[in-house]
Amino acid sequence: MTENWIILGATSSMAKAFARAVSVEGARVFLAGRDMVDLEASAEDCRLRGAQGARAVKFDARDTSGFAAIVDEVSKEDGMINVAVFVGSMPPQADIDADPSLIAGVVTDSYTGPAAFLQTVAPAMEARGGGTVIGVGSVAGDRGRIGNYVYGSAKAGFHTYLSGLRNRLTRSGGHVVTVKPGFVDSAMTWGIEGMFLVAPPENVARDLLAAVEKKKNTIYTPFFWRIIMGIIKAIPERMFKKMSV
Amino acid sequence: MLWNSLTYTGWGRVKTATGPVARPERVSSLRAALADDPGPAIGNCRSYGDACLNDGGPAVKMVRLDRMIGFDETTGILEVEAGLKVGEIARVFAPRGWLPTVMPGTGFATVGGCIANDVHGKNHHGAGSFGQHVTEITLMRGEQATKITPEKDPELFRATVGGLGQTGVIVSAKLQLLACKGDVMVVTERRIDGYEEFIEALDASKATYTVGWLDATAKGAALGRGILEEGETDYGLVPPKKSSKSVPFNAPRFALSRPVVKAFNNAYFRRIPEVGRTSVKPIQDYFFPLDRIHDWNRLYGKAGFIQFQCVVPVDGVRGLKRILEKIAHSGLASPLAVLKRMGPGRAGMMSFPMEGYTLAVDFRAGKKASKLIAELELMTAEAGGRVYFAKDATLDASHVGAMYPELAEFASIANKIDPDGHYETDLTRRLKIRKAV
Repeated sequence: MTENWIILGATSSMAKAFARAVSVEGARVFLAGRDMVDLEASAEDCRLRGAQGARAVKFDARDTSGFAAIVDEVSKEDGMINVAVFVGSMPPQADIDADPSLIAGVVTDSYTGPAAFLQTVAPAMEARGGGTVIGVGSVAGDRGRIGNYVYGSAKAGFHTYLSGLRNRLTRSGGHVVTVKPGFVDSAMTWGIEGMFLVAPPENVARDLLAAVEKKKNTIYTPFFWRIIMGIIKAIPERMFKKMSV
Repeated sequence: MLWNSLTYTGWGRVKTATGPVARPERVSSLRAALADDPGPAIGNCRSYGDACLNDGGPAVKMVRLDRMIGFDETTGILEVEAGLKVGEIARVFAPRGWLPTVMPGTGFATVGGCIANDVHGKNHHGAGSFGQHVTEITLMRGEQATKITPEKDPELFRATVGGLGQTGVIVSAKLQLLACKGDVMVVTERRIDGYEEFIEALDASKATYTVGWLDATAKGAALGRGILEEGETDYGLVPPKKSSKSVPFNAPRFALSRPVVKAFNNAYFRRIPEVGRTSVKPIQDYFFPLDRIHDWNRLYGKAGFIQFQCVVPVDGVRGLKRILEKIAHSGLASPLAVLKRMGPGRAGMMSFPMEGYTLAVDFRAGKKASKLIAELELMTAEAGGRVYFAKDATLDASHVGAMYPELAEFASIANKIDPDGHYETDLTRRLKIRKAV
């Protein structure tokens, strides 16, 4: 049976690599995002690499009115419904400091938008008795830090949401993988100072597939971020508050 | 962010550039980068010298624009973005019976790079150069994208193919793929005992893919000895693919010292039985033998290396022998030396190929190598040949006009399109290519 993958935020390099990886395995992909010209090109790329079908669909995390139509479209196809969430936005913290109204957008893009979409699609997944959600969060959600705590707090909310959704979907045979990537070599990190151990998106995509296969609950990618974040989380708050990590 | 301040090198690691590099992931961000600060496009930086460098200026790294965006099953025409690696096309399409018509020696080269250097492969004598199988190019200058074809825009097309990026950024291209039997190669290898025999064997070869490995350390009667490899595509069982290895650090100097290279070459030559042998290989292993060893350029150590590649016309055979003698007597050659018959096929004004013979030899960078290569370049010019820009790091600008007779015409087209010289690279500046009007 063909697997259907709805990929939210499909213009990002991580999402592109993931879409390719599932296409090679013969999935049907729905590439969801705002830049339709770019998504159409990616859809053709997925078809040529082996996807059973590939479609570009309009998705804007800040506009919930379009969500049901995507779910309807996917529901017309046979097979399990799976969703991979790659959306999020991270304006520099300084910009947010200057204009606090930016917070709403960050939270919508990184948490409430995708959560509302998952809430819309969940009944369709349950009806088919299975399916997987991959929710890409961030190591930034593990602890609030001076450099990106607004983005981090949105992702922390998303992590908690995913854990609840996992609790729900498990009952109907579904599964949720929470992914916490470290630094990924993407347009988001290109040229940002202080990046280290930057992972190629293809490696992240490989880790995601393996996590789906093994039904992992939460993964860090690359794996060593679990150790790095373990250390960062272990620092007592009375010390951490004076640090800039 | 759009720009990243990077220090980067060509594959030979002898030339370095520092400057802001954009790496767009969408065509819209490519447009934004070019609007912000126009510069030449670069790919995977697999050209050896400074063709892919722009020291002190901006460059746009195209590797993330790497999608296949259309394929016509009936004609075999594939449209791809310029940052797609040519080996990726082979990997995806060979099992379906198609191959890029021309493939260079590394699958890591991008399609944009293959066009801008009008590269050739082991089938050049029959199939011609890469650019001859490009049916359309989408070029971006400033924020304006235009589609050009060899029929509609013959001049601009011939200035773009092999044009070292001087006519704008190649965004995407349509490639005529070649129908192939499958993703397996049947390869016949036999020993060749000397230079004249090698030339005769290359001339007589009827194979689709032909290439010669040379023992560039052999002298006297053994001068020009080597192994002739002839290949055809086929289908059938593929031997299991060996995993790739990488070179983790810069090798010490003695790794490529004279006795080591001599011993290696001797063993490599004798590996093929006297009666020759035929074997079956996965297609990737045949076309891209060195791609299995990641970062093999580190074998040359910190100093890096220079590849000298020239082509001489058919009547330059004696001149080429003198070049080979000079290399053999220098004792500086590495095990990587290749001799190939070329056909007349070329698609651009500044394309490398000419009907004749091409020789490529690697040297570890150093004073002695530079001196030797300068002499080899002079000898190439005297033999009526030319040096390959994709490999070059050392050529003297004074040779370029004689080697590339369409230079002035090319320069005037490039200067008209890009009057402010935004797309100039370290190579075009070093060789004064845009000044040759």
